[in-house]
Formats: sequence, structure tokens, C-alpha cells
Amino acid sequence: MTSFWSAWVIVLTSITIIAITWLLLGNRKTGAKKEDTPTGHSYDGIQEYDNPLPAWWFYMFLITIVWSIGYLIVYPGMGNFAGLLGWTSTGQHAERVAEAETRYRAMYDRYLAMPIEEIADDPVVRRMGMRMFGNNCAQCHGADARGGYGFPNLTDNDWIYGGEPATIETTIVNGRKAAMPPWGNALGDKGVEEVTAYVLQLNNREPDAELAAAGEQHFKTYCVACHGPEGKGNPAMGAPNLTNGIWLYGGSRGEIAHSVRAGRNGVMPAFKDTLGPEKIHILTAWVYGLRNTASAQP
Amino acid sequence: MSELNSALDHPTYNYKVVRQFAIMTVAWGIVGMLVGVLIAAQLVWPALNFDLPWTSFGRLRPLHTNAVIFAFGGSALFATSYYVVQRTCQARLISDKLAAFTFWGWQAVIVLAAITLPLGITTSKEYAELEWPIDVLIAVVWVSYAVVFFGTIAKRAVSHIYVANWFYGGFIITVAVLHILNSLAMPVDLTKSYPVYAGTVDAMVQWWYGHNAVGFFLTAGFLGMMYYFVPKQAERPVYSYRLSIVHFWALIAVYIWAGPHHLHYTALPDWAQSLGMVMSIILLAPSWGGMINGMMTLSGAWHKLRTDPILRFLVVSLSFYGMSTFEGPMMSIKTVNALSHYTDWTIGHVHSGALGWVAMISIGSVYHLIPILFGKERMYSVDLINVHFWMSTIGTVLYIASMWVNGILQGLMWRAYNQDGTLTYTFAESVEASHAGYLVRLIGGAIFFGGMLIMAYNVYMTARRENPADDAVPVTSGAA
Repeated sequence: MTSFWSAWVIVLTSITIIAITWLLLGNRKTGAKKEDTPTGHSYDGIQEYDNPLPAWWFYMFLITIVWSIGYLIVYPGMGNFAGLLGWTSTGQHAERVAEAETRYRAMYDRYLAMPIEEIADDPVVRRMGMRMFGNNCAQCHGADARGGYGFPNLTDNDWIYGGEPATIETTIVNGRKAAMPPWGNALGDKGVEEVTAYVLQLNNREPDAELAAAGEQHFKTYCVACHGPEGKGNPAMGAPNLTNGIWLYGGSRGEIAHSVRAGRNGVMPAFKDTLGPEKIHILTAWVYGLRNTASAQP
Repeated sequence: MSELNSALDHPTYNYKVVRQFAIMTVAWGIVGMLVGVLIAAQLVWPALNFDLPWTSFGRLRPLHTNAVIFAFGGSALFATSYYVVQRTCQARLISDKLAAFTFWGWQAVIVLAAITLPLGITTSKEYAELEWPIDVLIAVVWVSYAVVFFGTIAKRAVSHIYVANWFYGGFIITVAVLHILNSLAMPVDLTKSYPVYAGTVDAMVQWWYGHNAVGFFLTAGFLGMMYYFVPKQAERPVYSYRLSIVHFWALIAVYIWAGPHHLHYTALPDWAQSLGMVMSIILLAPSWGGMINGMMTLSGAWHKLRTDPILRFLVVSLSFYGMSTFEGPMMSIKTVNALSHYTDWTIGHVHSGALGWVAMISIGSVYHLIPILFGKERMYSVDLINVHFWMSTIGTVLYIASMWVNGILQGLMWRAYNQDGTLTYTFAESVEASHAGYLVRLIGGAIFFGGMLIMAYNVYMTARRENPADDAVPVTSGAA
């Protein structure tokens, strides 16, 4: 803030506080007249008494003013004047963060030094990881980590980008941006229908054989680069396996056709700045540990 | 009180516009509160969103707030201010045509809001969601309102201006300034615009507007109502002229500063947050000044509460006013706000003001007005007013108590953490824990809404018994 605006704030604030103090003190009237003396006004039959300000109210008002002046001396408020305490909200936040750092650092460092495979089944890690997951990941992946439309299921041992601990960690740290391009223009409506039929055939869903055969030709031209010749996908490209009946956007004919025609651009946000490496390490271990729960899931 | 009829020689007042606004107060009250009950039910049973965009919570919630604040509250303010300014100035409104324009213009604004908001046409600024063409209409209607009101004051037949009119006047001027400055925007097309402010400045302007919508629309305006209808219904002189001077000027001088307390612990600079908080604390006494003046006006007339449910409405509204204006400064303290902000406590606080204060003082005033406007001795059924009073009171108490519980519960759950530094609860768990409170809130809201239906019946029966007295109401019939 420039010194002009700082002065502006200080002057306006001071004028306001001085004016209301003057208003309050200037209208104080004690004792003299008896209670309930009319002022002589009458509006549509309504009269007004000239009673004094109630004493308790007067003092309450005064106390809030005095308190406020005190507050503005010790805390920021008067323009650029920082206040005697030097308090800032960012300073308070940094202080709390530093406090937490010293309290929890040793514990997180201990886990950070251990490989993910080793801590994945540790009950303490599982509890901590679950709480972090609940507040950072469950919004998309669901409280049970089984995902939803457009959000991958993390419990089914099917990994779009790979399920090794290091890969999961990378996914959380940097996020992912899926890039299934739209093929509608290249294929035309008929082509989209044919590719869809072929993808259904890859899942043994017995579509029209003629359509599927034509679709296979398109597939070899457009899709193999990422999804591979057998349609089994490629984690390095983030290209999902199209043969195992697991669908990120639903496996209906319509949804598959939509994916082919319009493409998909799912986004997993990067968490490196939000959580930091030590928390991500524990979160990764928790997600990795979900592989053991997979068999329990229907 | 022979004084009551001192306006005998005066020709006539314009009661037609008052009557129209008074009836629409009841009508919009029912509509706005029905939407409120629906969205409260959606929070208990999300299926009631019906998976349709037009009936989803996000679109109906602004419809509810606009309907109760601007349609219900606004109509009550128009009705009572037009009535009070004429009677206390002993002058007819300066222009019947302009007054009629404000009625039809304001109704048009409300209908447009009811159409555009469910369609998802919104600026997304809270309490200022309406898009720019409607904003322009509001500005035109509001300036016309100011012309009618201040024009009538200018030609008054009495020397002084009564305190109720100070408050109405302060409310009309400030709302014009707030509305116009906060709504400044660059239109893209008929249904879309972008505000001229950006980032933190936009947020600050929005809450300067938002908090003073509370301070001037929902407080100063209704204090104007209080200053006429409480002494009138109690048939007692106003307790202290001196107190009204001090608290009026202090209230309008300090309220305008309080907006930043809506932006504690945000990107808003610390100095602005502090000033907002400090001024909010100072605001306690000026706010209570109005409550004291209303309450003390009843001294010598407390026995009337036993027989007069209209007076009960007015007095209980003052109690809720006192309570929520204590709660407000408390919640503006940064450390309290750190707990209460973003929780249901805020919703409870708003409704102790909105149901307890704004709605109940309006309801009491409308019950006072209806028989006068329709040339009747009294309301069709005083017992039904009493039933309505108890439904309103119980409904309000259930509403705010459940939101206090929910708010504190949420605030504590969100900040609870474990020995390892992780959060104890997920957000979804706090939502789940709020379910019971949402149900109680729905019940409270439904009871309050039910009271409005009883009021509508009572008003209808009062009005239909004979032909309503026409425009030229002799002022003698106004003795109440």
C-alpha cells in the first residue's frame, strides 16, 4: 500500500472513531431531569421521552471503543502501521507449520527412509494413509478408493500408469494428464461404430462380425500406437487395457463410442506442493497396500 | 390517546400501494420460505434435487435468499415505509404513479429473479446474483423509491422528521449506493457479464455490499419499522429520543466498515481484516441501542403482552435482534471466526436475524396494517395470530439451535487432528454427523412456513369480509 492510501486509511479510521466517541460523550446526560420527560414531539400520535442513555449501555459502548483503539495499537489495522506485536496472519501460519514440522518430522523421516513395500502393511501407516486419503483423494476416488465415473478404481489391481510403488508415487507427486485424442473426424460416424464393435469383440461381447472386422482395420491404423496390437494397453503411455472389462468411463456401447469419437482428458492433480514427499510416501504405501484388499472386493 | 387522530384534517393517504405491498409480503413470504423448506429437505434427502439442474440446491438456494430478502423483506419495507412516511409526515406520497411504478417494477424484478436463477443465469455474487439487465431495473426502481420517499418527507406537514424515517432514509440511500457500486459489470450479452473488479478487490467489494445488505436492508430498514409499530402497538412513547440519535448515527457510521469480517484468514490484507473486526465489535452497542429503545418503550405496557399477540411478535423480534447482534460481533472476532467460518453456525446466525428479527417484526407490522388498510376493526382471528406467533417462535428456536449444534460440531471436527498430525475426520464424516441437525432444521423451518400459511388465511378472511375500503381512506380509520 502506498503511503497515500495508508494515510487515507488511518485518517478515515481515526475520524470515524473520534466522531462516534464525540457522539456518545456529547449526548450523555445524567441525573438532572426526572425520568420520562416528554420531548414534546408527536408523530402520528407517537411521543418521545427524553430519557438519558442507559449507564450500562454507555459504558459498554465506551469499553468497545477503548478496546478497539488498543487493538489497533498492537495489531495491524492502521494502514501500513504493523502494530506493536508485529503479528501477521502469514507469520502465524508459518509459526504453526514450523511447530508441526518439529513435532512430526522425526516420525515422517523414519518412514521416508523405509521402502514402500516394507511399510505398506504397517498398521500405523495404514491408519495415517487412510486419513490422508480421506481428505485429499476421496473426493474423486471415493471413500472406499473404488473410484467412479472418470476416476480409476485403486483396489482392482488394474493400473493405467502402472502399479509399482515408484510409479504410484510419481503419479501422486506430479499428477497425470490423460490424452485420448478424438477420432470422430478421422473415422466418421461409421468408422466410430466399427471401432466400437471391435473393442466390444476384444471383450468377447459378440458384436456384428462384419462391423468388428472393419473396426479391426481402423484399430490397426489409429489405436495400436498406444493401446498395442492386442488392445492390452501400455502403462508407459497411460493407455488403458481394453480387453479386461474394466472401464474408466463405462463399458456400454455408447460410452465406448463417445471415447472413440470425442476422446478423453482425465486429470489427476499434482500433490507435491500440497502434501510434500514424506506424506506422499505414506499415502503411496497406503494405496499400494490396497492390492491386498482387492480379492475382498467383488 | 387522542393524539392518534391528530391527522384528522388531512385529506387522504395513498393506502393502495401500501396494501399491494402488504399483500405481496405475505405471498412472497410463503414462496420464499417454501423454497427454503425444500432446500433444507434436500440437505436431509439429497434425492430431492431430482437430478435436474433447475431444481438443484445450487440454483434454488439463491432463489430462496433472493425471495425472502428482496421479495418478502423488500415488500414489507416498501409497504411499511410508504405507510409510515405518510402518517408521520402527515402528507400523501408525492406521486401515486411513481409509487405504483415502484410496486410493479419491484414485482417484475422478483419474477425475473424467479425465472433466471433456476435457469442458472447468475453473477455468482452472493445476494447480488441477478444479471445486469435486472440490476439496471433494480437501480431504476430504487431511485424512484428514493424520489417518492424523500419527496414525501420534503412536503411534510410537521416540523421534525420522525426517527423511523431516518432509518428508512438511511436504508434507501445506502442500498442504492451498495447495489450500484457492487453491480458494476461489463456485459457480454443479455445474460452474462463480468464484474469490473477482480480478485481480492472483487471479494472485498462484494462483502462490503453483502454485509451492508444485512446492515442497511435487513437492519436499518427494519429498525425504521420497529420505531413506528412498537410504540404504536404498545401505545407508549418512545423510551429515549437521545438514545435514538446516538444509536442511529453510530449504527450507520460503523456498519459500513464491518464487511471484511466475512474474509478473515483469506488473501485480504491483515489491516483490512482487523478494521472489519474492530468495527464489528464497536457495532454491538449501536445495535443494542435499537433493541433497548424498543424494549423500554414497553415499560408500563408489559401487561399488554398477555392479550396482544401482535405486540408479542414485535417484542420477541427485538429479543432475537439483540441476540443476533451480540452473536455477530462475537463471530467477527478472528479466533471465534476460525471455528465458526464456513460452518452451519453462520447459517444459524443469519436465520436468528432473518426469521427471529426480520420476519417476525414484518409479520407483526403486517398484522397491525392489514385491518387498517382494509378498513376493518381488527384481524379476522386474534387466536390465529397467537398460533402463528408460537409457530414462528418454536420454528426459529429449532432452526437456530440445530445450526449452533451443527456449526460447532463441524468446526470442531474439521480442526481435530491426531498425534501423527493427520486430520481425525474427513469432510464427508462431518457431513454425515450433521444429518440429525439438518432434520431438526427442516422441522423448524417447516413449522415457521406453516405459520405463514395461517397468516395468509387470516389475512384473506380479514380482507374479504366486506369490500375493501378504496383509495380514499379517511385517515380516521387508521387509529390503531
